[in-house]
Amino acid sequence: MSVLVDGDTRVVVQNITGGEGEFHAGQMIDYGTNVVAGAVPGKGGEEVHGVPVFDTVEAAVEATDADAAVGFVPPAFAADGIFEALDAGLDLVVAITEGIPTQDMVRVSRRLAEVDTRLIGPNCPGLITPGEAKLGILPGEVFTPGPVGVVSRSGTLTYQIVSNLTERDLGQTTAVGIGGDPIIGTEFVDVLADFEADPATEVVVMCGEIGGSDEEEAAAFIEAEMDTPVVGFIAGRTAPPGKRMGHAGAIVSGSGAGTAASKIAALEAAGVPVGATPDEVADAVADLV
Amino acid sequence: MRLHEYQAKQVFAEAGIPTPDAALAETVEEAVEAASSVGYPVAVKAQVHVGGRGKAGGIQLAGDEAELREAADAILGMDLKGYTVDRVLVEAAVDFVDELYVGVTLDRSAARPVAMVSSEGGVDIESVAAETPEAIAREQVDPAFGLHPYQSRRAVFDAGVDGAVALDVASVLATLYRLWDANDASDAEINPLMVTSDGAVVAADAVLNLDDDALFRHPDLAALSETSYEDDLERKAGEYGFDYVRLDGNVGIIGNGAGLVMTTLDLVDHYGGEPANFLDVGGGAKAERIANALDLVFSDPSVEAVVFNIFGGITRGDEVARGLNEALGAFDEIPIPVVVRLAGTNAEEGMQILDTSLVQVEATLEAAVKAAVEMAGQGADR
Repeated sequence: MSVLVDGDTRVVVQNITGGEGEFHAGQMIDYGTNVVAGAVPGKGGEEVHGVPVFDTVEAAVEATDADAAVGFVPPAFAADGIFEALDAGLDLVVAITEGIPTQDMVRVSRRLAEVDTRLIGPNCPGLITPGEAKLGILPGEVFTPGPVGVVSRSGTLTYQIVSNLTERDLGQTTAVGIGGDPIIGTEFVDVLADFEADPATEVVVMCGEIGGSDEEEAAAFIEAEMDTPVVGFIAGRTAPPGKRMGHAGAIVSGSGAGTAASKIAALEAAGVPVGATPDEVADAVADLV
Repeated sequence: MRLHEYQAKQVFAEAGIPTPDAALAETVEEAVEAASSVGYPVAVKAQVHVGGRGKAGGIQLAGDEAELREAADAILGMDLKGYTVDRVLVEAAVDFVDELYVGVTLDRSAARPVAMVSSEGGVDIESVAAETPEAIAREQVDPAFGLHPYQSRRAVFDAGVDGAVALDVASVLATLYRLWDANDASDAEINPLMVTSDGAVVAADAVLNLDDDALFRHPDLAALSETSYEDDLERKAGEYGFDYVRLDGNVGIIGNGAGLVMTTLDLVDHYGGEPANFLDVGGGAKAERIANALDLVFSDPSVEAVVFNIFGGITRGDEVARGLNEALGAFDEIPIPVVVRLAGTNAEEGMQILDTSLVQVEATLEAAVKAAVEMAGQGADR
């Protein structure tokens, strides 16, 4: 079992003829992902890695019954690409692009409230159900099937934590990178609810970071709604206020909101053990499986 | 990107928000000329990207030319929290009876713009928000429709703004929202919005911060960019195109991905060391970027040891290893010890390529951090 994606997920890759799109479409196919189409304006009729390319997402869906999209669309056009995928009626849209203007995402976010599609990202590594499918840029060899659900705001940190898990033979049901931007589609709470509903997920690892209040909202959700145990990790304990730590969303404001201390306190109050190191996270998971 | 007050006021004035007569000056003589054209009394205001300018002495009033010369001479060249003042705005002083606050920003958790009004302007609005949140009226905006006129009016009345100027303030808020939206701003603020003794409103200060990711569609505003750095290392990082933050410790940190680099900082702290910096080389780093990252961290005189941690996804371990060999091989003597840990894509090939006479290699992030913390401790004792 898994959440959001599995071997049956039928994937259309937006901008599959671009450098990143072509490379990662190949990586996804090699991993076993069911990539059924590409969508690139003006490139309809071409083939990439043996996959047919269509001019629009809508045409790709009509021809191939795709139910998920992965977008490698440049930032200036990325929100338009998301709107196109949403209007094509897909179940899942994954936006890898970093650097989408915030106000574009404000409009996307409003549209999401009106449709049933789930958006993962933007500015995210995507998601993977080990052994079945990956939608995005995660290095497949780090992951292995097992009972741990992983949800994270950061790409390379996810790989680090997962490698600590895999070293202890703690495989994953699904790992979801939700992205480091201030405005994202799927938030911690959404993925936690997915894992709670998945009988195969025995423990969830949630990797947060400084900035915003998503981790605090997640803590409230865990306390009120979840029976599945959760282990937490928060990056940025030593981050100074007012400095953006790489991710657009990773900043402690001058008024002190969004600190690691606040997030750790909220999680611990909800009964979630928070590891100080990736090793401690893996140890805590091992105790719970 | 942050605009200077004088730049923001030009944008506000073009949109129709009243601002005081003013002129920019880079010398005392230019300030005298500016003051005589706008008329005494004037406010002399340092144009630097620093909050709390007034308290730090960066804003002074002058009633005549003698006072103006003294004020301009004091402020020009002044060091304000690490930034040198090279120009002042000389502005007609406003004869005010009340100070208000109006602002537009993003409510991140709602993913919606929010327009705000407070009758308690002229002070730090974050402390008003913390101590008396009810003193700030807020209106969440539906981005499909914009800020409705009734919302502007409601915010002003809810904030308890005096009825005589209420509709003028509502009009300023409506304009501020439109320019926030049109310019892809992250924050647009007027604090204080002054109410004059003859019942007019005027923007006595102006804040306009823009979304860096949207500057490509505002070339006219992007051209106003004057990136100011707190020190030469941050300037160098800007030139190299790195996400870099300088900190106070002695363990230099180079890594890929914001979350993992932040975690490396936290581990340095956890194992008893002090991080010297945050440096994210980003995805797909190649040899030149590795060399630039080392050059940057080696340029920090406080650094005694470096943790170099790459977990490859897009980034390839073999390319990183070649970059390290090349960059470190160029030194007769490596100035600061480097501890390397490679994992992920092509990490095994990378480990074989890596010249271990140049660096210390560790298998895990924890071991690499511990080793660097220990070396930095020894370095500090030397």
